[in-house]
Amino acid sequence: MISIKQLNSGYGDVTVLKDISLNIEEGEVISIVGANGAGKTTLLNTISGIITPNNGEIWLDGYRIDHLPPHKITALGIVQVPEGRRLFPLMTVYENLLIGASLPRSRSKVKENLEYVFELLPRLAERKDQIGRTMSGGEQQMVAIGRALMAMPRLLMLDEPSMGLSPLLAGTVFETIRKISEQNITVLLVEQNVKKALGLSKRGYVLENGFITMDGPSTELLNNPHIKKAYLGL
Amino acid sequence: MSVVANGLSMGAIYGLIALGLTLIFGIMKIINFAQGALLMLSMMISYWLWKLTGLNPLILILIVGPIMFVVGYLCQRFLVRPVLDSEKNVREPVSVLLLTAALAIVLENLALMIFGADYVMAKTSFSEQTIALGAVTVSAARFYGLIIALVVAGVFWLFLQRTQTGRNIRATGQDRNAAALMGINVPNTFAIAFGLGTALLAVAAVALIPFYYVHPSVGQVFMTKAFIVVVLGGLGSVPGAILGGILIGLIESIGAQYMTATLTVVLVYAVFLMVLFVKPSGMFGSRYDW
Repeated sequence: MISIKQLNSGYGDVTVLKDISLNIEEGEVISIVGANGAGKTTLLNTISGIITPNNGEIWLDGYRIDHLPPHKITALGIVQVPEGRRLFPLMTVYENLLIGASLPRSRSKVKENLEYVFELLPRLAERKDQIGRTMSGGEQQMVAIGRALMAMPRLLMLDEPSMGLSPLLAGTVFETIRKISEQNITVLLVEQNVKKALGLSKRGYVLENGFITMDGPSTELLNNPHIKKAYLGL
Repeated sequence: MSVVANGLSMGAIYGLIALGLTLIFGIMKIINFAQGALLMLSMMISYWLWKLTGLNPLILILIVGPIMFVVGYLCQRFLVRPVLDSEKNVREPVSVLLLTAALAIVLENLALMIFGADYVMAKTSFSEQTIALGAVTVSAARFYGLIIALVVAGVFWLFLQRTQTGRNIRATGQDRNAAALMGINVPNTFAIAFGLGTALLAVAAVALIPFYYVHPSVGQVFMTKAFIVVVLGGLGSVPGAILGGILIGLIESIGAQYMTATLTVVLVYAVFLMVLFVKPSGMFGSRYDW
């Protein structure tokens, strides 16, 4: 579905991602794990078109999508749940969800999608009229996920969805992501919570200092001595 | 009482001009120094359309509004956007400020060249009329101006709150990257916001020309006041712009009863400073915009 070839990307003269190549198949759950500053967010923002890559290629089903503006990439079905939720702070939960449905293809299906989102995240139905920024971190994350689902993603990319959440809430978020992946939505999960992320995904990539240093089935990565030592504290 | 009515109508028009300024600032974080000159352009267009067609200026809204929307849209698309793009990675872009200031100078001098420095006014059928509201007599032109300003501000507020385009505009103002990630075409939304901010000027212009003189530097008078109103009401706030405008209008007209018109300006600034001492973010300001 997605294929990234020798991608170099960053901010201005600073190259953050070096020679990144990766593949995502339809229906997979993939995780990209790595420490703070490894380039995880830069990678998602480059795929989303917020950052234009310096060189390299990004392909979606045989179309080259690097250099497209972000709204066109979203229109192709690649939807990101950004780091730190990034809700529209002065809008209600309901309005946030409606912004997710601003693409023409989702505008005609607002009702069905709202039903699906409220069924998956019943808390949002209760908090429909609350202003986004007055909610707890876990609830805000749910709104951010719900908002992305309203855009009807084919590939849902989540940037550190467990950030700042208690282990219990993080567990709920990961459970939600698992349910979403069962709906034929491909999931790209970026996390510092290596154990949880690899526990959920089938395959994973390890990003270190802008390079992909390891990749493979999640179970193998979890048993890798380097990962055990560096990320799992074992 | 008619003093209050005059203050209200002038204030509502200040509010409308400030609304355009605050919209453009709230969404794009651009301070549009050309707002006054674009108002002058709207007034010139309205005046000449009135002179050539003889139509009621209030009907001219339907013509001047769309014209100014297109002017604003094109300004954003072909002048502001290239400059914004080239400073995409600059932390505090200032070139756009210089650009809008330059646009103001160009427009004013073009107007001076084409229309000359004369003061003109649209002497319409209702320019000299008065309307009796109970015991109060008010100038018809000012009364219509008040009604138009309030109705347009209300419709505009509803548009922002209730329509998908309005919501998209607010979302872009609150977090442009998140908006882009949700599939909103941010550059196009900017152009629409700029167009709407300019179209609001057209409404103010049409309301003004039956009782206010048009000349090439008329924009400067309103520009300073629009800035005061925007900061007083709270940057990015729709009700703040209208209520701030009305407050300034009332201070001016009531103040003029007791002191010279020049001194009322001092009064305006005194109230402005007092509000800022008490609430630096303005009457309706919040940490976020829109």
